[in-house]
Amino acid sequence: MPKPLPALIACPHCDALYRRPTLGRGERARCARCGAPLYREAIKLDPDHLLALVIAASITLVIANLSPVVRLSASGITHSASLIGSIGVLWDEGRVLTAMLAFATTIAFPVAELGAFTALLILIRREPGSPHVAALLRGIQAVRPWGMTEVFMLGIVVALVKISHTAQVIPGVALFAFAALTILLTLIISYDLKALWALRPLPEAEP
Amino acid sequence: MTLPTAHAEGLILCETCGLVCDPGREPHPHCPRCGTTLHARKVDSIRRTWALLIAAAILYVPANLLPVMSTYTLFNTSHDTIMSGIVYFWNTGSPDLAILIFAVSIFIPLAKILCMVLLLIAAQYGVDKGLRQRALMFRVIEFVGRWSMLDIFVITMTVGMVRFRSLATIDAGPGAAAFGAVVVLTMIAAHTFDPRLIWDRSEKKS
Ligand SMILES: [Zn+2]
Ligand SMILES: [Zn+2]
Repeated sequence: MPKPLPALIACPHCDALYRRPTLGRGERARCARCGAPLYREAIKLDPDHLLALVIAASITLVIANLSPVVRLSASGITHSASLIGSIGVLWDEGRVLTAMLAFATTIAFPVAELGAFTALLILIRREPGSPHVAALLRGIQAVRPWGMTEVFMLGIVVALVKISHTAQVIPGVALFAFAALTILLTLIISYDLKALWALRPLPEAEP
Repeated sequence: MTLPTAHAEGLILCETCGLVCDPGREPHPHCPRCGTTLHARKVDSIRRTWALLIAAAILYVPANLLPVMSTYTLFNTSHDTIMSGIVYFWNTGSPDLAILIFAVSIFIPLAKILCMVLLLIAAQYGVDKGLRQRALMFRVIEFVGRWSMLDIFVITMTVGMVRFRSLATIDAGPGAAAFGAVVVLTMIAAHTFDPRLIWDRSEKKS
């Protein structure tokens, strides 16, 4: 078994090796060689508060995905558009790849991340050494770059500006839900997962 | 200034959990904290990154030439490419949005491919100038890449919103899938590229 050396840190961007600095609140260490941010004293958020945030985000996500983003009317015809409905239209029109890409980045990956995060935060208090904790953390890290709620939020705004030239637009519940979700996810993602990895016990050094 | 590196000290940084490990003499060491297989550098990084970038560069052509949206009204049908969509914003009084879409849909993917090619070549030849600048360039690329997906979301919501039966409907075009593929491929390329390679060979030279 390789020997863990938790007193050292290495820069993931250039491999420079350092003794782990002791940082004050809000301080961050930068790599002297390449300038990359190395290590940040985790926001002092205990896992229970994080769990509350993750559950709030999960509820917001369901509302955002299923309820109408906008109601539109033009020449007496009125209808509403939701995210899931819009993806369905793409799919029905035969734009399968585009539909799958939109579905994965706005629904599937955020749902997977929040689901895994909920399970992780419940499990890590009881059994930080469990292999399930490692699997969940790895899963969260793998899907995280592919959840694009904040980009989608900007996309809605651009689409609305475009449509407002030709149709009357009435904002729907999901518009506000997506705005709230963007903020909640930003808070959740700012929590450094290294702090959760650090809760796992290290194996005893072999004699 | 020469700093010690993990590799030079015979240590490996676990890419999953960030633990520095001493692999000892084991041929296939695993991280004692998270179980990930430990590699000093990302496996086959240069070759994989090249392959992904070439694929992205090829798809960049249809992504820009094929229509990403088609509009059907009672009287006519029109097809929009990414560029003509930008021109539409410019002409309808939203130059700010035109600039935004141009930046994320046309400029960033192209700049990203070119910069990654530069990083790869410089790493392969062990260029030792501008190391910090290249390191910064890579971090910027990694950070901004996801915003290129913007147009896919604009298309998705526009298609979903403009459903006025016979009056007007909008459909996504084949360019959208090609464009999405470009964004995904360049994001994966940024992930397979190991930025430590920027420094490795320049080190050996000096
Ligand atoms: Zn560094
Ligand atoms: Zn690890």
